[in-house]
Amino acid sequence: MNRWWLFVPLGIFALFVGLAAYQLTQPKDDFVHSEMIGKKLPQFDLRAATGGKPGTSTADFTDGKPKLLNIWASWCIPCISEAPQLERLQASGVEIVGIAIRDRPEDVERFLASYGNPYSKIGADDLSEVQLELGSSGVPETFVIDGQGTIVYQHIGDIRASDVPMLMEKLQEAAQ
Amino acid sequence: MIAELGLAALWLATALAVLQLVGGILAVRGQGELASLVRPTAIAQGALAGLSFLLLIWLFLVTDLSVKLVAANSHSAKPWIFKLAGAWGNHEGSMLLWVTVMALAGALIALIERRLPEKTLLATLAGQAFVGIGFYAFILFSSNPFERLPTPALEGNGLNPLLQDIGLAFHPPTLYFGYVGLSVAFSFAVGALLTRQVTPDFARAMRPWVLGAWIFLTLGITAGSYWAYYELGWGGWWFWDPVENASLMPWLAATALLHSVSVLAARDALRTWTIMLGVIAFSMSMLGTFLVRSGVLTSVHAFAVDPERGSFILILLAIYIGGALTLFGLRASSISEGERFSVTSREGALVFNNVMLSAILGIVLLGTLYPLLTEAFDVRVSVGPPYFNPAGAIFTIPMLLVMAVGPLLRWRQDSFARIRLPLVLIAVIMLAALALVVILGAYSLLADLGLAIAIGIAIASFLPLRGRNLLRVPLATWGMVIAHFGIAVALFGMASESAFSEEKLAAVNIGESTQVGPWKVQLESVTPVAGPNWTALEGTLQASYDGGEPVELHPQARNFWAPPQETTESQLATRWNGQLYAVIGNEAGQGRWQLRLWWKPFVTFIWYGGLLIALGGLLSLVGRVMSDLKRRQVVRRRQLLEAEAVA
Amino acid sequence: MRQLFATLLALLSLAVPLAAQDSLPPAPYAYQQLDDPAQEARAQALMETLRCLKCQSQSIADSDAPMAGDMRHQVRTRIAAGEEPEAIRAWLVERYGDYVSYAPTVSETTWPLFAVPLLIVLVAMLLLWRRMGRRKEKAA
Repeated sequence: MNRWWLFVPLGIFALFVGLAAYQLTQPKDDFVHSEMIGKKLPQFDLRAATGGKPGTSTADFTDGKPKLLNIWASWCIPCISEAPQLERLQASGVEIVGIAIRDRPEDVERFLASYGNPYSKIGADDLSEVQLELGSSGVPETFVIDGQGTIVYQHIGDIRASDVPMLMEKLQEAAQ
Repeated sequence: MIAELGLAALWLATALAVLQLVGGILAVRGQGELASLVRPTAIAQGALAGLSFLLLIWLFLVTDLSVKLVAANSHSAKPWIFKLAGAWGNHEGSMLLWVTVMALAGALIALIERRLPEKTLLATLAGQAFVGIGFYAFILFSSNPFERLPTPALEGNGLNPLLQDIGLAFHPPTLYFGYVGLSVAFSFAVGALLTRQVTPDFARAMRPWVLGAWIFLTLGITAGSYWAYYELGWGGWWFWDPVENASLMPWLAATALLHSVSVLAARDALRTWTIMLGVIAFSMSMLGTFLVRSGVLTSVHAFAVDPERGSFILILLAIYIGGALTLFGLRASSISEGERFSVTSREGALVFNNVMLSAILGIVLLGTLYPLLTEAFDVRVSVGPPYFNPAGAIFTIPMLLVMAVGPLLRWRQDSFARIRLPLVLIAVIMLAALALVVILGAYSLLADLGLAIAIGIAIASFLPLRGRNLLRVPLATWGMVIAHFGIAVALFGMASESAFSEEKLAAVNIGESTQVGPWKVQLESVTPVAGPNWTALEGTLQASYDGGEPVELHPQARNFWAPPQETTESQLATRWNGQLYAVIGNEAGQGRWQLRLWWKPFVTFIWYGGLLIALGGLLSLVGRVMSDLKRRQVVRRRQLLEAEAVA
Repeated sequence: MRQLFATLLALLSLAVPLAAQDSLPPAPYAYQQLDDPAQEARAQALMETLRCLKCQSQSIADSDAPMAGDMRHQVRTRIAAGEEPEAIRAWLVERYGDYVSYAPTVSETTWPLFAVPLLIVLVAMLLLWRRMGRRKEKAA
């Protein structure tokens, strides 16, 4: 091959085909993951979203006990399907703090009355400010926060029954 | 019965394509037993594929809900024109359209092409059949449009509301004609590689197909951009979205190919380069199809995403393009270099711009695929306008400057001294225009340069006509002049939109008015209205330009119910010097309504420019075909005379 | 059976688009411009280069998604408070990674985006020089 450069287009093309083939076999991950894992919770102080529970602030997460921070909304349909899992987690002694995104008190009330209220506190985030601070891009999402207020894990999407043991494990790791 | 007939026609067409391939290959290898069959087979294959597509259209028009595709994509309450468009507004139907157009193109070559050496022609038809077989297989094995439901559906699912728009109904087929035209160019390139015959005659045979494809691509992109502009409701007309890039890349390659094939036809130079571009142009079409269909990249325009189909297209892509590029690597060195030329010559300018176009293509390709590359390493990045605009401009600006000057140069050898006067003229106009826009208060570097260059090219594009009898200028030259002028017009629109647009977001009560640029817009009323498959809130606006006679506008916020989706229907008030773009949004509390208004000076020039470019292409195509026919007549007459003389 | 299929079809088509209907009115600065035109222009320029996280491939300046509205509100209020656009972009990138910004900056992961155009310039020059440079001497 005295004119090797005639094969350069073929080489580039082969690279592309390889890449595309690899990507086709990969499960498509459309989630935008937060870059805040391993960092401290941002500063916030949210008024109560009601449901008879108080609002929440950053200070709530530094009492030495790991917690779940659940981002949800009454208008979010997957949030309904994760409600039983949250109840299970609460029943096994996990403290769950909720943040309701763009929600009205009466809608929150109705949702909790129908699907259960596993939260110890619920803050109202009307402008998605805290959501943006957390690097969260949708509802529902669940963060594991250790006792010192550091974000250790992010779960995107609704919690399935199969996710519960994994979340328990993350919480236990965070406790150590 | 109709559906089964369509499927049978498709199978038969596939079988004929196999015959065409085998016959063509044997002929190229010197065994001519089946050679005489190749042309008729290609014609029959075209007819069968066409029949199959007509039958699908029939099924959609009568809304035959026992066919899965119709049930999934149509609805009995839909206006007939969208029922028709429903036939290709989905994956299966559009693939059938693709293969139909391709088969018809093959039939047309078989019918009319007489210039090429017979061997090259048969090789080309074999290539065409080879590509066709892949697509037939794809349709028959993984996307059968004629599949029946076990039990007929009661009602169809409807067509995506965003697609229920007259412009968009005809946008995909337009692009497809372009893609398929490039598949013909690809077959020509492969045929020439097989027989090693790259001659000006070959270029003349290939040129109409490239021109035709290019015209359709130009129209398709223009229409698509206008659709995105008024349908997405935010006044943007180009987003550098993967799907948009997928349609732009074949156009860039086709533009380069168009110019290099002209050099080959006129001067017998750039032989390997032209072949290379023939392969690249079609590979960009297939790449585009792959990106759109496979869903490997997220796009706002992705409608029919399916990874399995993606794998199928990728395999076809690997076979065809990989094969052609391998053949190119092996054979290209045995194609002798063409005629030589100096740097200051028409060819020199064309080569420079070919390289620039390829560079722009490279940038768009890189930017589009880069997120795919980083995702392989679990890093997600976004590449958007802030990257494409400046990186593209590095190559676009020199290209446009050379485009202004190139047509003034003579073939083979020329000097700048000979055309000093027009050169100085163009330079002075551009500098004056630049000074003017800066004084007018536009401070975006790219937009300012764009405006200045646009004005310069607008003048320069007509300079090739100076000193000539306009009636005797060949149609093809007029085509070039108008297409280049169209580039100037489109560029002017883009730069003006970017430099001078004004935006106004306002929450107004009924009876209140607001100002955007020179327009005063008053909200008269908001009323509910209903269409065949939607309900909407419709605003009535009175808009007056600079205190003039008011124009009434009716933007809507629509709720479609089959399938359920919300869309905004913007309304435009068009003047010669721009458009007012009005959108009505949500209720904003206290009886106020949210209005989004834009005044976009000269924005329409973008699409007028696109149409002019296509018109230029059309003139050129007609001119070339006519002169070819004339030449053919002359040749035939001479042959007749010679025959008589011998007798 | 037929009925069942039709109902299923109807349900399937309903389920997806109705999923995310939110009840609050948009954030104050989601659809309201800043009073100072210079500030608004800066906000607009920035918003056009930030990616909407809920949409498929649109900037927050081109989206009706509520979250895009909330992000526009953030951008406008921060610009009004005197923050630099690039600081706001950095703040978002710190939370969402490079994905949120349409303007790639030179980094470990993105350097080829900038190296390749340079390479293309070099190759283009080389090609043109090879193709024509020598001929010119011959011609002259």
